[in-house]
Parts: sequence; structure tokens; C-alpha cells
Amino acid sequence: MNDMTPSSAERAAKLEGMGCKRKRVEDIRFVQGKGSYVDDIKLPDMLYGDLVRSPHGHARLKGIDTAKAAALPGVVAVITAETLKTVNLAWMPTLAGDAQMVLADGKVLFQNQEVAFVVAESREAAADAVELVEVEYEPLPVNVDPLKAMTDGAPMIREDLKDKTDGAHGKRKHYNHIFSWQAGDKAAADAAFAKAEVTIKEMIIYPRVHPCPLETCQCVASFDKIKGELTLWGTFQAPHVIRTVGSLISKIPEHKIHVIAPDIGGGFGNKVGAYPGYICAIVASIVTGRPVKWVEDRIENLSTTAFARDFYMDVEIAATKDGRVTGLRCYTIADHGAFDACANATKWPAGLFSIISGSYDFPAAYCLVDGVYTNKAPGGVAYRCSFRVTEAAYCIERAMDIMAQKLGMDPAEFRMKNLVRREQFPYTSAFGWQYDSGDYQTALNKAMESVGYKKLREEQKAKREAFKRGETRELMGIGVAFFTEIVGAGPSRACDILGIAMFDSAEIRIHPTGSGICRLGTKSQGQGHETTYAQIIATELGLPADSITVEEGNTDTAPYGLGTYGSRSTPVSGAATAMACRKIKAKAQMIAAYMLEVHDDDLEWDVDRFRVKGNLERFKTMTELAWAAYHEVPPGMEPGLEAINYYDPPNFTYPFGAYICVVDIDVDTGQTKVRRFYALDDCGTRINPMIIEGQIHGGLTEAFGIAMGQEIHYDADGNVTTASFLDYFLPTAVETPHWETDWTTTPSPHHPIGAKGVGESPNVGGVPCFSNAVNDAFAFLGSTHIQMPHDHWRTWTAAEKLRLHA
Amino acid sequence: MAKSQIELKVNGKSVEALVEPRTLLIHFLRDQLNLTGPHIGCETSHCGACTVDLDGKSVKSCTIFAVQANGADIRTIEGIANADGTLHAIQEGFREMHGLQCGFCTPGMIMRAYRLLQENKNPSEEEIRFGISGNLCRCTGYQNIVKAIQFAAAKLNGVPLQEAAE
Repeated sequence: MNDMTPSSAERAAKLEGMGCKRKRVEDIRFVQGKGSYVDDIKLPDMLYGDLVRSPHGHARLKGIDTAKAAALPGVVAVITAETLKTVNLAWMPTLAGDAQMVLADGKVLFQNQEVAFVVAESREAAADAVELVEVEYEPLPVNVDPLKAMTDGAPMIREDLKDKTDGAHGKRKHYNHIFSWQAGDKAAADAAFAKAEVTIKEMIIYPRVHPCPLETCQCVASFDKIKGELTLWGTFQAPHVIRTVGSLISKIPEHKIHVIAPDIGGGFGNKVGAYPGYICAIVASIVTGRPVKWVEDRIENLSTTAFARDFYMDVEIAATKDGRVTGLRCYTIADHGAFDACANATKWPAGLFSIISGSYDFPAAYCLVDGVYTNKAPGGVAYRCSFRVTEAAYCIERAMDIMAQKLGMDPAEFRMKNLVRREQFPYTSAFGWQYDSGDYQTALNKAMESVGYKKLREEQKAKREAFKRGETRELMGIGVAFFTEIVGAGPSRACDILGIAMFDSAEIRIHPTGSGICRLGTKSQGQGHETTYAQIIATELGLPADSITVEEGNTDTAPYGLGTYGSRSTPVSGAATAMACRKIKAKAQMIAAYMLEVHDDDLEWDVDRFRVKGNLERFKTMTELAWAAYHEVPPGMEPGLEAINYYDPPNFTYPFGAYICVVDIDVDTGQTKVRRFYALDDCGTRINPMIIEGQIHGGLTEAFGIAMGQEIHYDADGNVTTASFLDYFLPTAVETPHWETDWTTTPSPHHPIGAKGVGESPNVGGVPCFSNAVNDAFAFLGSTHIQMPHDHWRTWTAAEKLRLHA
Repeated sequence: MAKSQIELKVNGKSVEALVEPRTLLIHFLRDQLNLTGPHIGCETSHCGACTVDLDGKSVKSCTIFAVQANGADIRTIEGIANADGTLHAIQEGFREMHGLQCGFCTPGMIMRAYRLLQENKNPSEEEIRFGISGNLCRCTGYQNIVKAIQFAAAKLNGVPLQEAAE
């Protein structure tokens, strides 16, 4: 090598590949207000749709009079279930195997349910007309309590299913029952409890919350009658799934549907499913022959499109006296609202809830989940989590604390004793999951050392004594959480959506001058895919990340994929990207060998080039090989340099982390101050540390909101009382704590680049950590479990119940 | 509905328009002037995605009618880049410090920071956090937004950036 040639390290740094804190490509347009979101789309002759919604939680529909609305100037059409029946679209199938009313058909089953769709020349005219649609209701008894759903005499929610004894997932045991789903070994778990030395049991509730991205759900539907083609722009986390489902529902051939997801203003699971508003906009465009835009407002968003959680988990742990866990049982009632519209892999009605044994070596475990109907909005989406993993992680992490308390052990020490050990990986859990890799003790030790755990406990002990002596009115709580996720759905043997295996894809084309484009089946909603996928390619192919365009969201150009949710983009499409690169690289190697007149095996890869082994000056760079691929390929080889990969992962990935939180609680006001929050995450190979840190900050802030103040609440009459930002807590910069982040790196052994996914970890681990901290503050007074959210009033109430205000 | 004529300045340009009395400023900016940088995230004036600068104040443009802006001088995200087309220090700060993810709150957040740094040239972290508390972000957790504004303040003041104590 002559002196002019930069070293391998210098060349590698210039690529801005994996491990680089590369600045985000998408920011250039976003900081200038030039993002392109759905509501920015304006088409000639476009109409605006708006929905008439039910004021009742449960009522019989006696009649709809649309005459006054239809007569309003500017109104073009008013659509009801009767209109939809003419095209067989009054009901639509859900991803969970149920059916959902698009517009109310005979009854309304939850407050704000869609009743009629008004289409007008302006959004104002549509809003005016909504007020003029006259609907006559006969109120019916309401049930919003899932624990009462299967009692005798409970209001029957779904009359359409009255005589159906079988649901999508087996026998139904009550008219409000949706499914029973179980996992693990009941006999083994029962045996463990029969001989247990110590047991705990607690009802742990994860309240109904909402993902609440800042941009609501919206779409523009444009049907071309001449071509018989539908173009649908929308806030879609999974554009291809929307196209396939759209085709199945509408009977428009799939090649005549063009789904485009432009920039999306946050998703967090809210934008996975198909909603009545989309169907109405499509039908309205078909009926009117004009483009129709539908944009939900915030109240509609919070009260109708896809809540999350609402799990009532009755959990038990068995352990030996010296603190080794021996068994786990959990019986859960899952509130799915009026329709089972949860967005899960189809075979998993309770998602991946059986990750509930967490990070611990339980010899025996069993769980049973019953899904029920109530007079609440449908959904059950994975809000910044992989299908019910947050619920499971919250439940086990709270239960572990409660057991530690009963044993008189420190919660961190109790966890340390029961964590799966490094040498046990790959580890098969009592529920049958094969955890790919982990080094849990190292992570927990690092977390404890970083925060000075021992000193914190000493401080807490002193404060508790001072509190008992009446010298302070403040309690200190230390929350410890250790979580293991199961993400990257997923292996086709385990996961499909409506029969479509949950693979994902990447198609890469390298142009003659050495730049290129990568198209994928996933869809960023803020995760920075345009930046990070290019970094994988930069490292794999030795081309600068800046020379690669990343494109997602257009179903005509992107290869088929299942979309972005469940932390699946990096585990699945990230793997597809690496695999497609390797196909390209293999071809480039053959071209290089031909050009350098050596055997393929005589070449070695060096950052951005193939060179002849032992001769550093004989090489061909990837840029040179790209040019050659278009004019100088070996005889018999196809020209061009592109590849596509559909990646069916061999397993899920299992990111993990150790979080520690310190809170100070004023028992007289219930006010809780987060003094410190430390998050150690292990997401395997780290692609862009800056983006990872940003994801952790964001997820922790969502976790803070959930744990400390959020709840989608219904009163007994079925009124949703928290459907605007007046009542639904979103943390501002003032309440949000300062985040400390840290990491260990344990690559996934089965992933081509060892990456595991990270976006959802902080939500999964953060919620139990906050909740454990608040609970820990009161534990020494005999309190075992205070339900979330830990807002001032509830915390004050907990103190009141413990007679701390006497 | 009878329309009213308004005259105002938007991003330095004079604008005359006819608007319905009930047209909100945000709809006027987005639908009539095609300034789609300001966004709509709620209808209760909580989220701040629609924040613009109006006569030297940060205003949530979903909170006032377009007719109320008659005679006003308005600046939106589209109008703050430097005259030579380079990014304003705040825009640069947001990118440098990873102060955005989905980008939906960003235009409002940047416009709020734009005014904040004119009200207080050297705000503390606490002052920044309080100063942007009318703008919600669901992605970043605010920590890097604070850093982005600190970056911009340092650049505008011509001093080296002091990284906030971790």
C-alpha cells in the first residue's frame, strides 16, 4: 500500500456504517417543515369526510335521519350501514379473526362508535353536517368492567354472536367470552405450588392506555373509476397488510390497489390496524368518484382507534424459603372492548404473553388468558411493545418484588439469585421459548454499581427510620426492574397475520456509479430507518451510507413486508438488508476475481474493496465493481448489481435490560419526584448509538406517562372520561425526568449482524421500574401492591389507607 | 358564509386573502397558503404542533381565527432559515443533538425555541424545560430537545457549547 492510501480504519470511518452516531438523513426535511404527512396531501376535487359518533356506550339504533345533513350546501353524501350493506362492507374482518362494524348496524356498542360518514366539499361543511344527522337511540344496560363480563345477567355485548359457541380460537364459555388461551404446563405448575415453601398471589392491573402519537390516524382515498384502481395514502405502519386486507374486504384486485404511507408522525402501534374511517373514505371515493380525505381529531383518536393493555392479571409465584423460584401461575382477564380488533400474530390471541416468566429460571409455569367483550372501544394493540410483552413484563416484575418483600430479601438480590445464568443460553423457558443470548448478571451488576445501589439502600433505611420518628414526611423508593423481551416477529412456524408469514424484506440496487437504493417492507414512524438501514449497507458493502437512498411505504415499489411494530424492523428487515448485501457482495467478488485474474478464494474483503490476499496493492473497490457490473461482467454472468431478500427469521430475538429508579414521595400531597432513572439496555449489536439513545429516552418518557398518570377511563354509564389532552396525561418537558442510559452488548447468535431491536425495551422495562419504585417506598409499611397509574391522588390515597395522615 | 378580507405578513411576504370568519389561523396557513410545516395534533390547544410566531409572541395557531391575524406579522417554520438558505441555528441544533424523531412536533417546537431564545438568550435547562412545556413531543423524551436549544443558544451567542451535566 502506498502512503496515499488511507488505512482501513480511516476508510471505514468515512463510510458511516454500523456503530457510527450518524446524523439523521430525514431531519433535513423535518427541521424545515418539509415533511410530507397525510394531512398535507391536497388533491384536485378532494372531499372531506367526518364521522357521526354515538354518545351512548350501549344502545339500540332506532333510526337515522340524514335528510337535513344531506340538504346542507356543500354536502355530497351521507353514508350509513345501510349504504355499506349494498357493497357488503357494513362489517369488516379484524386481524384477530373477529368482525367489526364499520358503521353502527342495529346497535352501538361503545361511546364514540362510528354511526354515519358525511362527505362534503370542505372540512367545515362536513363538521356542520355531522351535527345535522339525527339518530334515535334506545339506551341499553352498559358493562365496562371486564371482571363482570362473564357473570350471569351481564349485558350481552355481541348479539351477532349469540348462538356461536365457537370463536376464532376455540370454544366460548359465555356470550361475552372471546377466547381462552393457555401456555405452559399446568400440572407441573400446580405440583410446584403444592409443595411450595412460600407463595404470593396478587391481582395486578395494567390499565387501558393509548399509544397517542402526535399525528392522529388519517387517510386519503382516491378511486379511479376508469382504471378501477384505488390509491390510498394513509398513516400505515404496515402498508402491505393494508393493501392485502383492503383487497380481501373490497374485492378490488390487489394489483389495482396502491397503498402509500408517507411520513408518519409517530405510531407506537396505533397505526397497525384497519379502522372504519379508512373503509368509509374508500367507499365514499368509490361512490362519489372523487378523492376523500379523512382525518380523525384527538378525541376520536383517544376514544376509538386502538387502545392498548387492559389486562387484569392474577399472578402467583412459588419459591423456596431461601429465595429460589419454583413455580409461576397467572390467570388473566383481557378486556378487548366491543370487537376483538387486537393486532396480534393471528395464532396468538394473547400475543406473546407467555414471556411472563421473564428473565428468571422458573422450573414450572402456566398461564391462562380469557378475552372478554365490554362496552369499550375495540383494540388491544401492542403499544410500543411486541404483542402483550409489556403486560407480561409488568406483571412478573411487580410479582418478583412482592415475593422478595415476603421473603425479606432485597429485590435486586432476589432477582440476581433467579436470573437465567449466562451458561444456560440458549435457554428454553418453562413456556418453551428459546432465549437466544443473554448475560443478565453482568447487566444487573453493572446497573447496581453505576447507581451506587448499596448506598441508596442505606440512605433509604436511614430515611425510613427518620420517617418513623416523625422527622420527615418524605418516603424514598428504589425501583429495580430486569426485563427480557421477545421481539422480531417472526419465524413463519410461529407467526402469521391472516395466513401471511411474518417475514420481511429488503431489495437493494447498486447503480453503476456506486450509489444505490434500498427498499423495504417496513415503515418508519420516527425510528430513523432512512439513516440506519443505510448504515448496515455501508458496513456490508463498503459504500458510504450517504450514497444509499432508503425508501419505504409505497406498496408498488417496496418488496412485500409486514411492516414496523413489535421491534421487528431491525431483527427482520435489518437481517434481510444484510442478507441482500451479501448476495451483492458475492457477485461483486466474482467480478473482482475476473478483473484481477485470480480465483474467488484468492480474494479477501477489506472495508470497501476486494484485494488479492497478500498483495495489498491489487484490489477493486466496491465503487469500481459497481461500474464493472454494468459493462464488464464475466462471460455468462447477468449484468447488474442488485439483490432481494425475504428474511424468515429462525427465532425471535430477546433484548434485555436492567433499570433502576429512585423516587421521593411526599406522603401529604402524594407528589412523586423522580430523583434518578438509570437504564441499561442490551439490544445486541448497536447500529447507531445516537438513535438508540433517542429511542430509549422516548420509550422511557412514554413509560413514565403510563406508570405515573395515564388511563383511558370509562364511567359506569360507558362514558369515556379521558379522551382529550385535558384529561389524558402526556408528560411535558417539565415533568419528564432526566434519563441516564447505559448498555452491554450481547449479540444475537442467529441474526446476520447480531442486532436484536431496541425501540420498545424502555416502555417494557420502564413501567415496572417506576411502579416498583413507588411501591417500594411504601413496602416497609406492609403495602404489597398499589395499582397504576401512580398519580398524586392515587398515591395520596395509598398513604391515607396506610393511615399516614393520622 | 360571508368572507372577510385580511392583510398580513407571512414569512416576510405581504399576503391578502379572503377567509371565513370561523377559519382558524392554522387552517388558513395550511390550506390557503400551503404552509404545511405547522401541524395539527389536538383541538384543545395542548400539543403546540401548530405553534407559529405572531408579532413577537409564540402563538398556537389553532387557538385564534385567521381574521384575528389581520395586520399581523407571522413567521412559520418555513420562514426561519438564514437568508443564504442555510439552516437556522435552532434547526441545526435539532439535527445535531437528535432533537427529533417523527418530526411532527418539530416545526412547532422549533418556532417556540425561536421565540424563547429571543426572550432569554441564555436559558438554563430548567428555563428551557418550562419554556417549551406548551409543546408536546411523544418521541424524544425532551432531553435532546433541551440539548438542541442549548446548542442553538451557544451558537447564537458565539460561545462554545457547554454540555449539560449528566
